[in-house]
Amino acid sequence: MAGRIPLVDYLVLDGEEPHLVAQECTGCGARYFDRRNACANCFATDFKPVPIATEGTVRAFTIVAFAAPGIPTPFVAAVVDCGGTQVRANLINVEPDAEHVHDGMKVRLATHSIGTDSEGTEAIGFGFEPVSATKEQR
Amino acid sequence: MSVSDEVWILGIQMTKFGKHPDLDTVDLAAQAATAALSDAGITMADIGVIAAGNLMNASAGIGQQLQKQIGQTGIPVYNVANACATGATALRTAIMAVKAGEVDYGLAVGVEKLSGAGLLGGGGSKKKDADTWTPAGRYGAVAPIDGRIGTETMPGVFAQIGMEYGHKYGGTSFELFAKISEKNHAHSTLNPLASYQKRFTLDQIMNDVMIAYPNTRPMCSANCDGAAAAVVCNGETLKSLSLEQQRRAVKVSASVLTTDPYEEGCQVLPNVNTLTRKAAAIAYEQSGVGPQDLDLVELHDCFATAELVHYDNLMLCEEGGAADFFNSGATWRDGSTPVNVSGGLESKGHPIAATGIANVWEICHHLRGEAGDRQIENAKVGLAHVIGLGSACGVHVLERSAA
Repeated sequence: MAGRIPLVDYLVLDGEEPHLVAQECTGCGARYFDRRNACANCFATDFKPVPIATEGTVRAFTIVAFAAPGIPTPFVAAVVDCGGTQVRANLINVEPDAEHVHDGMKVRLATHSIGTDSEGTEAIGFGFEPVSATKEQR
Repeated sequence: MSVSDEVWILGIQMTKFGKHPDLDTVDLAAQAATAALSDAGITMADIGVIAAGNLMNASAGIGQQLQKQIGQTGIPVYNVANACATGATALRTAIMAVKAGEVDYGLAVGVEKLSGAGLLGGGGSKKKDADTWTPAGRYGAVAPIDGRIGTETMPGVFAQIGMEYGHKYGGTSFELFAKISEKNHAHSTLNPLASYQKRFTLDQIMNDVMIAYPNTRPMCSANCDGAAAAVVCNGETLKSLSLEQQRRAVKVSASVLTTDPYEEGCQVLPNVNTLTRKAAAIAYEQSGVGPQDLDLVELHDCFATAELVHYDNLMLCEEGGAADFFNSGATWRDGSTPVNVSGGLESKGHPIAATGIANVWEICHHLRGEAGDRQIENAKVGLAHVIGLGSACGVHVLERSAA
């Protein structure tokens, strides 16, 4: 069955709007995107999934000119503050130059195709685009 | 604190950093180690422990390979690996053994062959995308995420670290970061052991190849070959040695290693601030030396963007004031707190495991009054800092001998 699969398991595509989900420590509220053994802050082991705001502000960025083979350059790598949770992502649908990207800019989550495998499944990646940009959802 | 609790650097040396096509890692390590021993006025027969690092080949046992060339005496070897803090970790390991009273003399060695290594971090080779998408790893990823979800390359990570500082406090710009690089390259012209001794104009730096905005090529640390080694002993041992050895010995007033404490976002973008600030605070407390007392500082300018944040982390300026501090001229060699008078990693070079001992050597060189053309006059106290992503931070505070 041809379908879609997210690039990473913390990108949720089912239901309404695509969004990211973090594992939140039930003890101290620390949020993580990876599979956890315990909380690095308070050492507790219980987590609950929480949705992450789909809009945020750029806290830091760089424009990468040299990258691993297969990664188109230049691209904008960034840390986006989504309602107090820091998210690592590329900035997309924006010119990758210092005239068009600046810290503090408002951005929102957007998805795009990474490619289709031999069974016809499409992998979906994510990035953040300027709030002012045209939304590129199919 | 009794004299037996004091730790001293008795001998220390770095090799010329640069391209050494005819020397392997063991040659370079041997060159640095034998020079440090001779500087100390002792031999391998006196050494009670070796701590050694060679990050790019961490499983090869560089310590034992070195022993097999310069002296197999049966003493314990600790092969250490701690990213770019590997050299500082080796030094700290030797210091701990001396401090514990287990040995009279410890030898720390760091060596790297890195010429032509290219871009580090983030993996230079990409795994072939699978035939069918199969989630794997801690993010359940179906394809490599470096470059698809931000960047893991070193220039990009440290670029964001500098940009984040600017976002938080303001006052930064591409030009400001480039000026930091201009300073370090200017300093390098006085250091014959630096990989590159070329002065660049600000225009040349800003118009060079962009690696990861705002870091252009001359704003990135130079991959090169090199080694550095140090011999340490305690105060009691030092008292038994010649007056000349006592005069040239440099006191280790603080030796600190930290890792990054948890803070929101620290697993998203490495936070190099928390652990550096913590290491600095412990070091100032341990040594009784304050940032205003420092005659010179060698800090980890792996990228121009990194140097700026460490002015603040090492408390050389007030919190948030790093841009103003730099703009005041304070960190040039004729300023109030000269930083990276060796030329820093951007021009002296960054043979990873050697770096943490080489920056201590630079400080010692000035404290001994032996730095020639680039001598900081009457230097009495200095601080050496390194950071390795992952993360580990080493800070050493060094003081001139009163003897």
